Amino acid sequence: MAFIQNLINGIGLGSVYAIIALGYTMVYGIAKMLNFAHGDIIMIGGYVAFCTYTYLGWPVVAAIVASIIICTLLGITVEFLAYKPLRGATSLAVLITAIGVSYFLQNIALIIWTSNTKSFPNMVSFMPSVSIGDITISGTTIITIFACILIMVGLTTFTSKTKLGKAMRAVSEDRGAAELMGINVNVTISLTFAIGSGLAAIAAILFLSAYPTLIPTTGSMPGIKAFTAAVFGGIGSIPGALIGGILLGVIEILAKAYISTQLSDAIVFAVLIIVLIFKPTGLLGKKIREKV
Amino acid sequence: MANKEEVKLVSVPSPNLIPERDVNSSPILEVSHLGIDFGGLTAVEDFNMAIGRTEIGGLIGPNGAGKTTIFNLLTKVYQPTRGTIMLDGLDTANMNTIQVNKAGIARTFQNIRLFDKLTVEENVKIGLHNQMGYSAATGVFRLPKYWKTEKAMHEKALELLSIFNMQDMANFAAGSLPYGAQRRLEIVRALATNPKLLLLDEPAAGMNPSETAELMENIRKIRDEFKIAILLIEHDMNLVMGICEAIAVLNFGKVIAKGTPTQIQNNPAVIEAYLGKQAQEELKKEV
Amino acid sequence: MKKMINKSTVTSFINYGIVIALFAVFQTLSATGNLSRQLTGLLIPICAYVIMALALNLVVGISGELSLGHAGFMSVGAFSGVITAAALQNSVTNDVARFVIAVVVAALIAAIAGLIIGIPVLRLRGDYLAIVTLAFGEIIKNVLTCLYIGVDSKGLHISAVSEEALGLEATGKAIVKGPMGAVGIMKISTFISGIILVLIALFVIQNLINSRTGRAIKAIRDNRIAAEACGLNVVKYKLIAFVTSAAIAGSAGALYAMNYSSITPKKFDFNTSILVLVFVVLGGIGNLTGSIIAAIVLVALPELLREFSDYRMLVYAVVLILVMIISNNQKTRAFIGKIFGVFKKKKEGEDN
Repeated sequence: MAFIQNLINGIGLGSVYAIIALGYTMVYGIAKMLNFAHGDIIMIGGYVAFCTYTYLGWPVVAAIVASIIICTLLGITVEFLAYKPLRGATSLAVLITAIGVSYFLQNIALIIWTSNTKSFPNMVSFMPSVSIGDITISGTTIITIFACILIMVGLTTFTSKTKLGKAMRAVSEDRGAAELMGINVNVTISLTFAIGSGLAAIAAILFLSAYPTLIPTTGSMPGIKAFTAAVFGGIGSIPGALIGGILLGVIEILAKAYISTQLSDAIVFAVLIIVLIFKPTGLLGKKIREKV
Repeated sequence: MANKEEVKLVSVPSPNLIPERDVNSSPILEVSHLGIDFGGLTAVEDFNMAIGRTEIGGLIGPNGAGKTTIFNLLTKVYQPTRGTIMLDGLDTANMNTIQVNKAGIARTFQNIRLFDKLTVEENVKIGLHNQMGYSAATGVFRLPKYWKTEKAMHEKALELLSIFNMQDMANFAAGSLPYGAQRRLEIVRALATNPKLLLLDEPAAGMNPSETAELMENIRKIRDEFKIAILLIEHDMNLVMGICEAIAVLNFGKVIAKGTPTQIQNNPAVIEAYLGKQAQEELKKEV
Repeated sequence: MKKMINKSTVTSFINYGIVIALFAVFQTLSATGNLSRQLTGLLIPICAYVIMALALNLVVGISGELSLGHAGFMSVGAFSGVITAAALQNSVTNDVARFVIAVVVAALIAAIAGLIIGIPVLRLRGDYLAIVTLAFGEIIKNVLTCLYIGVDSKGLHISAVSEEALGLEATGKAIVKGPMGAVGIMKISTFISGIILVLIALFVIQNLINSRTGRAIKAIRDNRIAAEACGLNVVKYKLIAFVTSAAIAGSAGALYAMNYSSITPKKFDFNTSILVLVFVVLGGIGNLTGSIIAAIVLVALPELLREFSDYRMLVYAVVLILVMIISNNQKTRAFIGKIFGVFKKKKEGEDN
C-alpha cells in the first residue's frame, strides 16, 4: 500500500517536472538552446501568484491568470532582448547568456522580495483529497496530474493540427527550409518562448502548492531536474518530456522512501547517466547519423 | 556494340571487376559481395572489386549511386551489412575506422574535412601522428625525444607538402586556404598516414580545368613515387578517363559496368545510367 | 615551424610573466600594507580560480567539450586534500611538505574521478555531455554531503551514516561531518604556494597543448571524423584532456580548501561550475591568458563592489549578458570590426 502511495506521489511530482520539461524541450527543439533561465521564470511566476493572491487578495483564478500573463510576457521579453541578438552565435555563447539572464532574474527577485522565505499558500486547496483504503491522494496531486494530462493533450493537438503548431515543428526540423517556405521564424520562436513560459507559471503554482518554500533561488532545482527530465526523455520530444518528467518524479520519491532522503538527487542523476550511456539521445530521442 | 558481355555482368558480378594491372602480385584490396542497408533501404548491393597494388581505379556513377557509401564502408564509417573487405590479405571485418587507417587505408572527403583551426603543417603532422610518436609526458616535460621527433615531423611534413608545392603555406590556418588548396592539403594529410590504398572522394570538385590538369599529374606522380594504389570518385570525366586504369560504374547501389576507360565509354548501360534510355536511343539514331 | 614554435613559446612565456609580475605586485602591496584586508583574503582563492579556469579551458577550449560539473573535481580535490593533510598532521610536521603531499593526493584522486566519469561520458556529444557532467557534479556534491570521515591512531574511519558511527577513539577527531563539510582544517595554503601551483598548471597545460598530444586533441575538436580517418584514437585523447583537467582542478580544490578552517560540499555546486565557465568564456575560449585575467578580475570585482551589495550581482548579470551579446552578435561584431578596421588602416598607412 505504501508503495502505491509513494508511486502516486511520485507521479504527482513527476507531472510538475513534465510541465516544466515541456518548456525546456520546446525551446530546445526550436531555438536549439539550453534555456537555463527557465527555472527562474518559474520562480517569478511563483512570486507573482503569491503577491496577487496574498497581498492584493485577488481570487485564485485571477492570481493564476496574472502569473501566466506576466511569465509569458517575461519569456517573450527575455527572448527578444537577450537571445534574439544571438541567433547564429555558438551554443556556448547562448548558454552563458541564459545563465546571465538567470542571475539577473534571481537578483531582481532578491531586490524586490528580499531573501526572506515566503510561505506559498496552497492555491489549489479547493480540491479535496481523496482516500481509497489506506491510500490518500492529496487534492494538489490530483490537480497536478490532471493539469499535466490536459496540457499534454492540448500541446499535442496544437503542434499537429494548427497552422502555428505545424510551423513550430517545421522550424525545429529545419529552420532555414522553414524560412524559405515563408514561415516567420522569429514569430514562431517568440511563440515557443511564450508557451514555455506560460507553462512555467502553471508549474510554479502547482509545485509551490505542494512544496511551499518561496525564495529567489526556488526555481533552480526544479529547473535543473526538469531539464534532466527533458534530456532523459529525449530533448526536443514532447512525449519524451512527459515520460522523462514522470519517471524522474517517481524515481525521486521512491529513492527518498526506500533508499535515502539525502541521496535521492544523486540517485536521480545516476539513473539519468545510465540511461544516456545506453541510449545516448534519451529514451525517445532521435538517433543522429552524421553525414560523412 | 562490342560490350554485350559487360552488360551481362549486371546480373552476374565477378569478384574482379577492375582488371589487374599488377598481374604478378596479389591485389591490395579485395571486396566481395559488399552490401549495406539503411533501415529498409539497400544503399549498396553485392559490390565486388579488386585493386592492384599500384593501380589507379575510378568509381563513377550518378549522384546518389552509393559511391561515397562504398568509401564509408571501406573505411568503416559504416559497418557493412554483408560481404567482406580484404586489405592486403587481411580481413577488416572487426576493425573500426582508426584500425582501418592503421592497416593502410587513407581517405579524403567529398565535403572537405580539415582541422580548420590548425595550421597547414599541423594538419599534415596529424597524418604523421601514428608514424612518429612520443608520449604525452615526454611532450609535457619537453624531453629530448620531443625535440628530436618534432624536428623530424616538421621536415617530413614539409617534404610531403612539397608534392603540391605548398611548403610556403605551412603556417597558414587550414580553414583560411582557398578551396583548391584545401583539397590538396587533404590529399597530403591522407598520404602522411602512410597508406597502401588512398581513397579520393571527388578530388577535383570545384577546381578549374588547369587546376584539374595539374591534379591529374600529381595523382599519377603520387602513385609512381609512393607505389600505392589509388581509388577515386570523380564526376570530371576528363580526369577519370585520363588517369584511371580501371573503372567501375555504380547506379542505385549496384555495379552496372566495369572495365578500362575505353570499354566504359562505349558501354550502353553506362550511357543509359547517365543519360536515360531515351537519350541513348536518340544518340543511336544520330550515329 | 621555427616561426610557429616561437609564437606558441612566446605566448607561454607571456603567461608565466603575467603570473610572476602579478605575484610581485601583490606581494609588494601586501608587504607595504597597501592591500586591503578583503583583497589579501582573496589572494589564495584567486589563485585557485585561475587554476580552475585554466583546467576548464583545456576541456572547453582545447578539447571542445562543454563541462558543467567541473566544480565536482574541485570538490573531490578539496576533500581528499584536507583529509590527507589531517591524516598526516602528526607524521609529517612540516607544513610545506604536508601541503605538497595533500595537493598531489588531491590531484591523483581527482584524476581517478575524472577517469571514472570520463570513460562513459566522453562517448556522448554536445549538450548531452554537458548535462551528464552537470549530473556528475551534483552526484559528487550529494555523496559528499552524506560522508563522515574521522581519523584516530588506527587510521581513517569512514561512514555514510553519522559522526557517532565512525567509532573514533577518544583522541581521534572527525574531519568531515556530512552536510557540515570538512572542519578544523589547518590553513596551510599560502599565496606563494598558490602562485607556484598556477605556474605548474600553466606549464602542464601549455606544454601539453603544444605537443603531439595537444595537436591530436585540437584536431579531434576541429573534426572528429577526419581525426578518426587519420587513425587518431578519439576517446583516448579526449580522456587525456579530461583527466589532466580533472587532476589540475583537484589541486585547485586542495589549495582552496586549505585556506579556510572549514568547507562544505555545497561550496562546489553547479553555480561554482558555471562561475568558472564564465571566466573561460569571457576570457576567450581556448585563450589561457584570457582565462587568467578573467578569473582574477571576476573574483576580485564582486568583492571590491561590496558597497553596492544588493546591486553588484545584478550589475554582474547585466554586464555578462551585454558582453555576450556584443561579442557574439553579427551586427555589433561588424561594427566593432569597422572601428578596429579604421585603426588598422591608419596603422598600415603609417607603415607606408
